[in-house]
Amino acid sequence: MTDTSPHESAHTRAPASQRSRTAEMLEHAKRLGKMIPVTIDGNPIEVPLGTSVLEAAQRLGIRIPTLCYHEDLCLAGVCRVCVVQIEGQRTLQAACSYPITAPINVSTHTAKVRRARRHVIDLLLSAHVGECYTCSRNNHCELQDLAAEYGVDAFRFGRRETRRYPIDASSHAVVRDMDKCVLCRRCVRTCIDLQEVGVLEALRRGARTKIGTFMDKPLGSVVCISCGQCINRCPTGALRANDPTDDVWDAIDDPDKHVVIQTAPSPRAAIGECFGLEPGNAITFKLNSALRRCGFDRVFDTNFAADLTIMEEGVELLLRLKRALVDRDSTAALPQLTSCSPGWVKFLEHFYPEYIPNLSTAKSPQQMFGALLKTYYTDLNGLDPRNVVTVALMPCSAKKFECNRPEMCASGFKDVDYGLTTRELGKMIREAGVDPLKLPKSDFDDPFGTATGSGVIFGTTGGVMEAALRTVLELVTGLKVEKFFDHADIVPVRGFEGVRHVEIPVTQVGPVPPLVAHLFNNWKWLKGATLKVGVAHGTANAKKVMEDVKAGGQFSQCHFIEFMACPGGCLGGGGQPTPTSPAIRAARAKAIYAEDRSYTIRKSHENPAILKVYDEFLTDGPCGHRSHKLLHTTYTPRGKYIE
Amino acid sequence: MIVSTRTGSLTFAEVAPGKGMDVALARTPADVLRWIDASGLRGRGGAGFPTSLKWELAAKSPGALKYVICNADEGEPGTFKDRVILADFADLVFEGMTIAAYCIAARQGIVYLRAEYTYLRPHLEAVLARRREAHLLGKGIAGRAGFDFDIEIHMGSGSYVCGEETALIESLEGQRGEPRNRPPFPIDTGYLGNPTTVNNVETFAWAACILARGADWFKEYGTAKSTGHKLFSVSGDCQRPGVYEFPLGITIEAFLQEVGGEDAKAVQVGGAAGQCVPRGEFHRALAYEDIPTGGSIIVFGPQRDMLRVAANFLEFFIDESCGQCTPCREGTIKLLEGVKMLQRGQCSMDYLEELCSLGETMQLASKCGLGQTAPNTFLSIVSHFRDEILGRTAAWSPE
Amino acid sequence: MFLTERERLRDELVELADRFGRSRGALLFILQEVQNRYYSISEYAMQVIADLLDIHPVEVHSVVSFYSFLNERPQGQFVIRLCRTITCDMAGKDQVARQLENDLGITFGQTTPDGKFSLEWAHCLGMCDQGPAMLVNQRVYTRVTPEKIHGILQECRQRFGVHAVADGKELPQ
Repeated sequence: MTDTSPHESAHTRAPASQRSRTAEMLEHAKRLGKMIPVTIDGNPIEVPLGTSVLEAAQRLGIRIPTLCYHEDLCLAGVCRVCVVQIEGQRTLQAACSYPITAPINVSTHTAKVRRARRHVIDLLLSAHVGECYTCSRNNHCELQDLAAEYGVDAFRFGRRETRRYPIDASSHAVVRDMDKCVLCRRCVRTCIDLQEVGVLEALRRGARTKIGTFMDKPLGSVVCISCGQCINRCPTGALRANDPTDDVWDAIDDPDKHVVIQTAPSPRAAIGECFGLEPGNAITFKLNSALRRCGFDRVFDTNFAADLTIMEEGVELLLRLKRALVDRDSTAALPQLTSCSPGWVKFLEHFYPEYIPNLSTAKSPQQMFGALLKTYYTDLNGLDPRNVVTVALMPCSAKKFECNRPEMCASGFKDVDYGLTTRELGKMIREAGVDPLKLPKSDFDDPFGTATGSGVIFGTTGGVMEAALRTVLELVTGLKVEKFFDHADIVPVRGFEGVRHVEIPVTQVGPVPPLVAHLFNNWKWLKGATLKVGVAHGTANAKKVMEDVKAGGQFSQCHFIEFMACPGGCLGGGGQPTPTSPAIRAARAKAIYAEDRSYTIRKSHENPAILKVYDEFLTDGPCGHRSHKLLHTTYTPRGKYIE
Repeated sequence: MIVSTRTGSLTFAEVAPGKGMDVALARTPADVLRWIDASGLRGRGGAGFPTSLKWELAAKSPGALKYVICNADEGEPGTFKDRVILADFADLVFEGMTIAAYCIAARQGIVYLRAEYTYLRPHLEAVLARRREAHLLGKGIAGRAGFDFDIEIHMGSGSYVCGEETALIESLEGQRGEPRNRPPFPIDTGYLGNPTTVNNVETFAWAACILARGADWFKEYGTAKSTGHKLFSVSGDCQRPGVYEFPLGITIEAFLQEVGGEDAKAVQVGGAAGQCVPRGEFHRALAYEDIPTGGSIIVFGPQRDMLRVAANFLEFFIDESCGQCTPCREGTIKLLEGVKMLQRGQCSMDYLEELCSLGETMQLASKCGLGQTAPNTFLSIVSHFRDEILGRTAAWSPE
Repeated sequence: MFLTERERLRDELVELADRFGRSRGALLFILQEVQNRYYSISEYAMQVIADLLDIHPVEVHSVVSFYSFLNERPQGQFVIRLCRTITCDMAGKDQVARQLENDLGITFGQTTPDGKFSLEWAHCLGMCDQGPAMLVNQRVYTRVTPEKIHGILQECRQRFGVHAVADGKELPQ
């Protein structure tokens, strides 16, 4: 049959039962703006046609418990925790997926409704291997919360004692414990719909239903990109990050080891949430004190390496532009694609391996830092790199995968030994009996103490692009970027729009700065050019952009495109505290931009520590021989076929 | 191969093929809908939704592409009437589909045939080919310019829940057969997002008969709320199993006399999703207003162990549940565990009552009809056969 | 699997995808066809199909694992499906099952080592008035008794060498 439907466009992926075709239709209905009067628990309210009962209740301040519902995801309506009574209907309806199309009278807490919810929770508990004490989600588990909310005082239908599935810890990033799975399918909708990676799906049916990978293979051997977005949306401990904290503690406890940690801006803007702070409160300098209390020997700022990344990646971009515009070299591989999000890199290696030449060869800040720590830093301090343990605090589960990539040993050692997520470090700090909120502030350690606002904004979508533009524009024009953008805020690349396309004309050029004089004679060839850049966050958006590039669309004309695997960028990373929602991510972004504004130096190329490194250690300059050895990397075409 | 077992005469054998369509095409679609409405025809798959209303809603729903789907995924345990209809009266079914298409302005019809009936496919394809040759399908049907309609057969792949109309549509779209959230309903957002009417095989055949013989003829039989005749699939402990046609409203007692099952201790009406009616209630009627049924009648003789019956049906649901919603996926397991406890004589009354309450939750809170009906048999057996199921010992035997 | 075999399979799948249309809606058509030809849907086939329809392999696997007439593991040339639902149960399906296991030397869910027979349970086959009922590929047997099993299996064995009834073209009588 060849018929196509008007509805079959954006969401051809997930089964309609899960994504609920309603969503699309109702979005349309909402735009029509027709208001429908409804009554919920006796309270009247008018809502736009198509509003869900859940949403209407929320507006009235009535809480309806949910489990499979997630703000970021399409509707499923499968857990049945949110059932309500609608007058005149024989059965109860799921509030999350029931669209209001006519005036209705809803009761959210009748005896019938409460009993049904209680039963649903009882049933979920009966199928769940509830090892709460030893669970990574103990005390912040949505199933636990529901059981508490509904006063579950016994395992009314028994509880599962024996395990049915082995724990899959084959991935460096994500551990799957399917005996704790409640089959809400948030991970499936995250993986297929939100991220369009498509590793997880429901397998089999009935009592044998489970969430699995292709042919039930270990997660480490399928096309999982390690983004960890599934972890952020799992309501229980069924999905968790592969946690190396025990090894980190061991290193700290070992008197022969010199343990250093670098902290990225996004975890600093979110770790307060682990200690009861509202989202959007960065505790960067208090965290430094906490880390020292935990026993880390040195605390460094990843932003330093972010500035370094900008130097290398920015110069690489200028080199590619020159090859393309001056040398007419068809292998210049434009647009250059950013490479600092390891989830994105793996996504490209699996699904667009033919674009590996376009990936910037510059390593991510984490890995640049690791390489420098075990060379420059050890030289400077007379340390044996064998005894230096490098830990990275990252918002990210893919960083765990990245630091274990075999090629990430530029120093001759494993450049970064352990990647810790925000959640894991929060746990370590608690374990050390430290309350970071009560500690005084303290600075980062030298020689990498100074950082810039450009490094900070790496944490949010558009940030790498903004940082790169600040530097590239100043290098090329010889003018302050403030001349083009107020306060050096390059607002057009900011925001949470999934895909952004920005054009910046280069109206004038200046002299070539000494730092890159070995690479360029002049900038005349750039005069009058228009720098075309793109930004995408979340791999579903990345896919849109890459398909456009493949099809020769507007993004194929870009010079530089920033990709972040996670929605919102690093601040929405798979290692960040749960829960996550658009509002939480927006709050974190606000904190990051505020931190950027607080720096006196806001451009990578003005960072004195960076200039010092190029002066003392990477003496052949950005993209020079030494930096190529230490700060640049290669990629692996992985493809999507699995053996 | 025996694909048809009929007992007694069927109306379908007496109605002249083609007559219904001739009558329909001589009228406006609105008139045809009025005829169907006047007949009181309700869905013969079991749910009993008024057929004319379904068609009318699909007709009114905006959209250039509309579909008529024949639900031939007959999977309800104890049901086989559709097999007989498809084997012997396929023309009537296709005629009914064509009439539906005429009413709602559909251009495409689909028969969703269960995998277990693959052997019927060549026959059905042959009937379709013959109808195309006779210009009863295709472009400009029966010489009516602009009335284009054709039917294709899609095979199921082995899943009971695909008998649920939205799961069926999911399956047609190449998905797992998982029921959708409703609303929206298929009549406005069905196959590929287009207005779609999904009806049972038998419903289409009756629609053709109603056009051929008139709404009054149809209404003459049955009750006020359950008009007309209905086909029944009869199996189990009776002398004459097979397919029967009776007017709706017939009592179980009368029914059992016809099929030779007078000594039954219980009758399962409506298959696994239906209910188990004990001897004491044999005066009740098979009708939408009393005991609704898609036509499955399974007779249990005095020698049957009702817990074995309950266990068998629950095993069926545990396997055939799509597994998406909690009450159905987990509830069926708990009910089966309860039956096994009863079989061992180890179930307290408190726990049994808890299970019955759980059963009610499943009826209320499950996402689709499968989960909502899965506890029915358990609940009816527990409420009607207390003497038989409580306090069992190893020495227990049914007689 | 040799490369050449894979290439041949890929070509076949491309041909099927072109016949049924390269959209999600074609998925079950293609899977049914592959199942008929190869008695199962291999891992490699699933990946190629996913590629051709621009969906994820796990989605194909998810669909295959949902339906009981699609198999990810190799099946025998003759798949015997014995109805286990209530009326066939009452009509004596347990004895028939036991005899099937005895005569084939396998239990339900297994395939004979020679790859000729697979034994599966089925839910209602729609032959309740003539139980116990059993499907062998697409052929239905009714009123099966333990005694009849031997003859039915013999009938199947004699058919080896001929392409079995799996493509729906040859309707056995």
